[in-house]
Amino acid sequence: MRTIEQLLPDHPFFTGLEEPELRLVSGCATNVHFHPGEFLFKQGGSAERFFIVRHGSVAIEVHSAERGTVVIDTVGDGEVIGFSWLVPPYRYVFDGRAVVETSAVAFDGTCLRGKCEDDPRLGYALMQRVSSVMYERMQAARVRMLDMYGSPRDRAH
Amino acid sequence: MTAPTDTAVQRSAGPAPDAMVPRPFRVVGNRQDTRDTVTLTLEPVGGRRLGHEPGQFTMLSAFGVGEVPISISSPVSGPLEHTVRDVGGVTHTLVQAREGSMLGVRGPFGTGWRAGDGRGGDVVFVAGGIGLAPLRPAVLEVLADRDAYGRVVLLYGTRTPDEVLYGRELEQWQQHGVDVEVIVDYGPPSWHGRVGLVTKLVPRGGFDPERTLALVCGPEVMMRFVAIALTDRGVAAGRIRLSMERSMVCGIGLCGHCQLRELFVCADGPVFDYDRLVPLLDLREV
Repeated sequence: MRTIEQLLPDHPFFTGLEEPELRLVSGCATNVHFHPGEFLFKQGGSAERFFIVRHGSVAIEVHSAERGTVVIDTVGDGEVIGFSWLVPPYRYVFDGRAVVETSAVAFDGTCLRGKCEDDPRLGYALMQRVSSVMYERMQAARVRMLDMYGSPRDRAH
Repeated sequence: MTAPTDTAVQRSAGPAPDAMVPRPFRVVGNRQDTRDTVTLTLEPVGGRRLGHEPGQFTMLSAFGVGEVPISISSPVSGPLEHTVRDVGGVTHTLVQAREGSMLGVRGPFGTGWRAGDGRGGDVVFVAGGIGLAPLRPAVLEVLADRDAYGRVVLLYGTRTPDEVLYGRELEQWQQHGVDVEVIVDYGPPSWHGRVGLVTKLVPRGGFDPERTLALVCGPEVMMRFVAIALTDRGVAAGRIRLSMERSMVCGIGLCGHCQLRELFVCADGPVFDYDRLVPLLDLREV
């Protein structure tokens, strides 16, 4: 069975990280598995972990009284989820629910933040990766705000 | 006097003399696809079939109401089909056309997908919303000669699971060698597929960018981002084709309503190579 340190270089999020840096982040990581329907995290909860998905699918959901639960994004193989560990007050703003059997690596946010503080080079490398993913998701969210597939009739109301 | 451009020369060959005269077609089928979208099956009155290439469109008229450009969604060999979304006065009348009622058809007009250029390599179709309808005949063309192509991939984005077009047919395409991936903008918890923007599917789509022909149809904003994602992935701009939509009126490159700088979308398009469109996609006015 492969150790986390051996798994991380294969994940797109960590591509390009050197071995000493991988060793540092591995120290904050554990292997986790979720069955369909299990929550990785819940809205309002303390954002103690972030995840890289190895296999499976996770729905990012929001619940409102008017619309019930709505899935606003999904994250699958090779993607990352749970950025709230990075920004105070470290609180999740959405639910993360496994849609199918999902294997992931979970990182302790407090542990990672500590290592980033101690080693700015590692911190910068992680920030580059996180900001790249956040940028992509922000662009996608902006385009989706256009409701481009919606009917002009719906938009008129 | 300047020499005429290739485009002008092609156009000067001129449309058929009766291109402005609608031919009567009888509605022989009206299938409800989604809440606001139907597929009409039409039969020519008098027998002569339309004859079209995948990607072309017709000017479809509801007599006494008006005329609109609608892409042909049927394969070249089948009866004429148009998938119509109820978005305005004319289309509202069209989607209500019952079997036996008469509609007017002009065309077919415009350029086709030329999906056959993808033979020997991979073909990726990227559709958004009702943009799947103009791609359907090209998908069927490729499926009719499936062994001539490598990987065939359909990446399809739409608003919600309820608005997925041709749901049963997508399953058949999958069974016949098309990798179909559907992604929606929003889904209920019961939806087990992907949620997000269709561009998300491009980086991991199972095709070899160096030998891929990409055919893209959907809202223009979507096509712009998809084309960027495809070129980022390594697909050459000259191997990406987009189907443009403008206010087509005459359908034969005369009236200028659909003009995109020097191009007439109705006659020079609607299907264009992306490298030809790059300088035009950001234009706010022509």
